[in-house]
Amino acid sequence: MNQTSSWERLRSNRNWLGFWFMLPAAAFLLLFLVYPLGLGIWLSFTDSRIGTPGEYVGVENYEWIIEDPKFQTAVFFTILYTLVASAIKFAVGLYLAVLLNQSMPLKALIRALVLIPFIVPTVLSAVAFWWIFDPQFSIISWSLKHLGLIDHNINFLGDVVNARASVIFANIWRGVPFIAISLLAGLQTVPASLYEAATLDGASRWQMFRRITYPLLTPIVAVVMTFSVLFTFTDFQLIKVLTNGGPAGSTELMATMSYNTAILGSRIGEGAAVSTAMVPFLLAAIMFSWFGLQRRRWQQGESND
Amino acid sequence: MTERKFTRRDALKAGGALAGAGALQAAHLAAFAQAWAQSNQWKPEKGAKLQLLRWKRFVQSEEDGFMALVAAFTKATGVPVSVLNESLDDVQPKASVAANTGQGPDIFWGLYSLPHLFPTKCVDVSDVAEYLGKKYGGWDNAAQIYGKSKGRWIDIPVGYNGNVINYRKSMIEKAGFKEIPKDTAGFNELMKALKAKGTPGGFALGRASGDGNAWVHWALWAHGGNLVDAKDKVIINSPETVKALEYAKELSTHFVPGTASWNDSFNNKAFLSGEISLTNNGVSIYAAAKAGAGKDPKMKEIMEDMDHSLWPVGPVGKPTEFHICYPMLAMKYSKFPQACKAFMAFTMEADNYNKWLEASVAYITHPLAAYDANPVWKSDPKLSIVKDCGRRTLTAGGLGSVGEKAASALADFVVLDMFASVCTDRASAKDAIAVAERQARRIYR
Repeated sequence: MNQTSSWERLRSNRNWLGFWFMLPAAAFLLLFLVYPLGLGIWLSFTDSRIGTPGEYVGVENYEWIIEDPKFQTAVFFTILYTLVASAIKFAVGLYLAVLLNQSMPLKALIRALVLIPFIVPTVLSAVAFWWIFDPQFSIISWSLKHLGLIDHNINFLGDVVNARASVIFANIWRGVPFIAISLLAGLQTVPASLYEAATLDGASRWQMFRRITYPLLTPIVAVVMTFSVLFTFTDFQLIKVLTNGGPAGSTELMATMSYNTAILGSRIGEGAAVSTAMVPFLLAAIMFSWFGLQRRRWQQGESND
Repeated sequence: MTERKFTRRDALKAGGALAGAGALQAAHLAAFAQAWAQSNQWKPEKGAKLQLLRWKRFVQSEEDGFMALVAAFTKATGVPVSVLNESLDDVQPKASVAANTGQGPDIFWGLYSLPHLFPTKCVDVSDVAEYLGKKYGGWDNAAQIYGKSKGRWIDIPVGYNGNVINYRKSMIEKAGFKEIPKDTAGFNELMKALKAKGTPGGFALGRASGDGNAWVHWALWAHGGNLVDAKDKVIINSPETVKALEYAKELSTHFVPGTASWNDSFNNKAFLSGEISLTNNGVSIYAAAKAGAGKDPKMKEIMEDMDHSLWPVGPVGKPTEFHICYPMLAMKYSKFPQACKAFMAFTMEADNYNKWLEASVAYITHPLAAYDANPVWKSDPKLSIVKDCGRRTLTAGGLGSVGEKAASALADFVVLDMFASVCTDRASAKDAIAVAERQARRIYR
């Protein structure tokens, strides 16, 4: 009697009902997110290799990678890559969004065209850049040579500075549409009446952008930039195809290094440590955007939090 | 004139494998296959079907030859074989994941020491290897090293891809040389002269697992440097390694710009477009030039002007070449191990293997002595040097074991990055060696 009644309660209670509805989603998350992440973290504490389960070795893998010059280079370049690419993507994306928000002929078509770099599969665009940055057949080198501006081919991917700049450029090209279109959607939620009022008050275009557009856009900016930073930080395909981390590891990202170590080098434990080492950075990025950019003060122009 | 004659004959031969004589050959293959199936000692399981994952071909006629062989096997034994192709660099991760999870294709055909990454997961094929060795004049040394783990054969090394020097005859002649010098010092002079004439050559310094590894290991070994000794002790920090790095650095100053970004296909493209005079590669550039010669006069010119050479010998006084090995392994999780063994044995039988060898127009070199007699080695003097690649090659890991540690060091580009960082001025020889030594110690602990 008692048991059936508690089962009845579990079945019909409104609070428990919420639990039942949540269960499939929770199971999904546990199975496909928590389990792999947990397994990855566990593996990073073992000396597992492909074919052998490995034994617990404590933080040995972390001790090793922290002192590994190749890992240090990878961390440095991953941060540089993320910061530079995200900043430029944001600036260009915002500019494009504001531009596309103006009324102009063929608006819909132009907006669709802007999305193209985002639609093309990453590997495909990476292969296109591969040709653009080719040491012998680069279209850029060829054009500049024919214009008489340079007398030898540009060493796009063979020189450390050039290689880093080139892969960052490719990432920006690919990432801008996502930001531009998302911000454009945000721009369209800004009520036109605010602009009308500002116009009556004699505000300049810059003032309107600074005092109306930007503050109202911040919540979207926070979300979009969080995603953009996460995507950039965990980028893999572009680097894998363009340079495979070369020359001599100078464009290695933590993601490519993790793959090379764990799958190609078959040292799963060490590779897992490299990828687990990405988590604190990603968490920091998320914290920053949610607790920094999301503050109401920023959104509403008030001084209280 | 003589060259034109060779060309025509070759074209006929290569084409014949596919088109004209194709039907005839298929009939012959089928007849042999049926007879073979009768006497075959590895009877495929009932209802067996195989899945095979191989490296993606570089020479079309090679793949066609292989598929003909697969078809003949199916006809004779009734075992269907589906063949998957993956690019060279992707075979290893796929095989590793399959070995770890216990499911995937039955047979993997990859490169270097792939089976040694997971020796316990490979079907013991000692009986197949011994049968073939006895029948076809014995396995060469490198094949035995690549094939065996702890005294048992864990794979069948089906062949090598000879990595040789490809050069333009007219260009080295203009630079004052008749042939590729036989020693490393002379070779440096040649590269210098080529650059001075405005027709530089170049070797890949990017992360090119095939061509890049081939040339830096040659340079390292030629000067007596080694990553590890015979007991797998790390000995990279040596005056010999410094000498090798200094030599490579000097050599790389004569390269065409941009080799630090080259992967395995950049040099093929550059050579075929006439941009470079010399590089290291399999004979696939020649095959591509030949294939295009009919339509494109530029290809014809390159085909006629180019030739191959073995690598110069360094201060150690013996060849230190590093050719790719293509081992074929069967996974223990396969439900049809006998069928796998039957397929491997079938592949290496003379009636099949000879044809495939011919179809691959010297892109593949045999590991069994009896195939020295294959007509492909006499068909074209430009290809005949590749015949000895199996006998000349050193193995992954150098003096050390060929196992997963060697594979790991190759996958991590320990040696390649050491050379690349010195050649691109990112690090001094001393610092680059220190990084490599540290990494190698970890891998070989």
